[in-house]
Amino acid sequence: MRDWGWKHAGREDYSLRGVTLEIQPGERVLLLGASGAGKSTLLHSLAGLTGPDSAINGEAEGVLLLDGHSAQQRRRGVGLVSQDPETQLVMAQAGDDVAFGLENLAVDPAEIWDRVDAGLAEVGFPYGRHRSTASLSGGEKQRLVIAGALAMRPRLLLLDEPTANLDPAGAELVRSLIAELLSATQATMVIVEHRVAQVMDLVDRVVVVEAGGGVLADGVPSEIFARHGAALARKGVWVPGYEPSPALPPAPGGPVLLEAVGVHARTPRELGIRGAAPRTVLEGVDADLLAGTTTALTGPNGAGKSTLLMMLAGLAAPYDGTIAPRGVLAEVDARPLARWPARRLARHVGTVFQHAEDQFVTATVRDELRFAPLKAGTPEHEADAWVDELLDRLRLTELADVHPFTLSGGEKRRLSVATALSSGPAHAPDLLVLDEPTFGQDTITWTELVELLAELRAQGRAVLAATHDDLFMDRCVDARLRVAEGTVRPVQQGDGR
Amino acid sequence: MTIRSPEESGPRSELLIIARPDGGGARYWLLGLNPAAKVIAALVLSFGLIPAIDPVTGGIVLAAALLLVPFSGLDRRTTLILGVPFVLMGCSNFLVNYLYGEYGAWGALGSMLRLLAIALPGLLAAISSDPTKLTDALIQKLKVPERPALSVLAALRLLPLLAGQWNTISLARRARGIDAGRNPFAATRVFVGKTFALLVRAIRTGTLLSTAMEARAFGTGPRSHARASHWRAADTLVIVGAFLLLAAAYTVSARLGTLTFLFGGVA
Repeated sequence: MRDWGWKHAGREDYSLRGVTLEIQPGERVLLLGASGAGKSTLLHSLAGLTGPDSAINGEAEGVLLLDGHSAQQRRRGVGLVSQDPETQLVMAQAGDDVAFGLENLAVDPAEIWDRVDAGLAEVGFPYGRHRSTASLSGGEKQRLVIAGALAMRPRLLLLDEPTANLDPAGAELVRSLIAELLSATQATMVIVEHRVAQVMDLVDRVVVVEAGGGVLADGVPSEIFARHGAALARKGVWVPGYEPSPALPPAPGGPVLLEAVGVHARTPRELGIRGAAPRTVLEGVDADLLAGTTTALTGPNGAGKSTLLMMLAGLAAPYDGTIAPRGVLAEVDARPLARWPARRLARHVGTVFQHAEDQFVTATVRDELRFAPLKAGTPEHEADAWVDELLDRLRLTELADVHPFTLSGGEKRRLSVATALSSGPAHAPDLLVLDEPTFGQDTITWTELVELLAELRAQGRAVLAATHDDLFMDRCVDARLRVAEGTVRPVQQGDGR
Repeated sequence: MTIRSPEESGPRSELLIIARPDGGGARYWLLGLNPAAKVIAALVLSFGLIPAIDPVTGGIVLAAALLLVPFSGLDRRTTLILGVPFVLMGCSNFLVNYLYGEYGAWGALGSMLRLLAIALPGLLAAISSDPTKLTDALIQKLKVPERPALSVLAALRLLPLLAGQWNTISLARRARGIDAGRNPFAATRVFVGKTFALLVRAIRTGTLLSTAMEARAFGTGPRSHARASHWRAADTLVIVGAFLLLAAAYTVSARLGTLTFLFGGVA
């Protein structure tokens, strides 16, 4: 790879430029960089997916060769595993999905099923070929995706944050699998991973790239982190030993703001004539949310965390039981939260969704923030002053006239938090609910977010977050509720910092 | 307090897998046929019925198709869910043609039976075919181009995902303080906004899936087929049967003197 650069179609700037890199067969490379540095782009290019006629459109410069051929020609020898298993499975049954890649390679049908079975065995897939892919957990799905890539016997395995979308149990399942595979095979691997500590043992080389630039650093992991660790950490990279530790105001605590009593939740009716009947997800849930406190909802994916979160935010009604406002919220409206009109709810309970795009309703960043205050009847000049303050505070001022969908991941997250804050009458809602707020964020956005939440907490507001992030829980969570096995239990903490 | 893990939490829908139970017997006869044969037979009956508008021709085909319903493996609930709109469709067609048509009750009856007889075979073929097997059969037996066929199959997998995204978008609107209340105009506006948001999500999801498919060497050359689509004698017989049924329907109707063609011709 010499002086290689890439420009996405319709963009002015190169997302990567002047990348000169040589990877030897059998090397295990960790690709690092701040968010938006073009790591995924580089990975997709190695997979032969970029080019004028390919899945990802744009302009390349320089040379990128795999075994002396262009990457597009060598596509058949490369396996790629991305973040979200949901959008990587193609077929309805596990065996068929692994077979899909082999069919594309025109492998003899007589040989396909042996290789499928071998692939499934290799990743320790616990079910048979006919297992429905829809019924698998996230970690199992990602294992299946890896089996599909491995069955094609790639010379180069590319992993793009393969554990990012999984809960801790699922992530551990996939991580142990990757470690096993690497000790068993000679395949070359390039991995992109935010949380460096988790893959340190798996790699023997670290390459750091910079947006619009080339290779910033390249070498043995221990050396790279010793020499560039602090600089990388400042740029937002998660470097072991440099975890952010912002100084936060303490939690004042406070009275109960929201009380859930005997809450019972069921799944919605499934789509189509073969849809399953609704079934119980949660039953007999009692929980209190306190003012001036950060509460975390934890537990495995699929246990009903999001369901409970949406009910506590007043967005969905429980099947049975009540979620009733208390204290200052009850003074506003004493009815159960789910029966509040949307406008009133938005003023007092702010919600930040996991996919920030879901909550954007206008065409510019500024309008997005003006939306709620204007709707609530705030005079225009007052709203504008408040919007300017929010923009400034969340470093969005320069992006004020940009379409929300074109923002980067970190910017979207900041905007989605800002929209939730924009609706509150006293410059923030009384309760802020967040779904996986720190997911996929670099250390800079992470720190800003934690500081902001701690500040809201210090003002006596309640914060509720569904999260898997141990560091987040360690730094700023005061109470934990574990959602598992159909119910919710408070978790006693060792120390309550 | 009940404790359930996802494994034992009762029926989970299998939207995309339609399996024939082992030893299911005659009740599942239709499920065992090659999907391509079912599609061809349904097309033969549907197109074959277009010219005839009298109740006898359509009625005979409809009766024969109805006789197949017990062999399609449909359970009672599904039959009911599908059957009610099906019957409603027929009745409304009858009513409109009876009230406004030129041919009175007889013509309206013919129109209704013809409509139902054209629709039912296709419906049966679709409902009794596993999407994966249908795609295999279309590609291997009917030489449908692979790229679009497999892309449609892969997209089917995303439908339940889309339903979940719609739900999330609805909640997110409420979180932003948007709800229509009882105002139908506001409801329309909210619906349009939500549809647009879903479209954006769907395009994003679709792009990710197609990237994943290309990453697995899809479209790099000729493919092989892991699952052979088998054609049995019964499959040929079903198609022959469709032609025979059509011929019988026309013959009976002509003998009875009831056969009427679309553009006014009487046999």
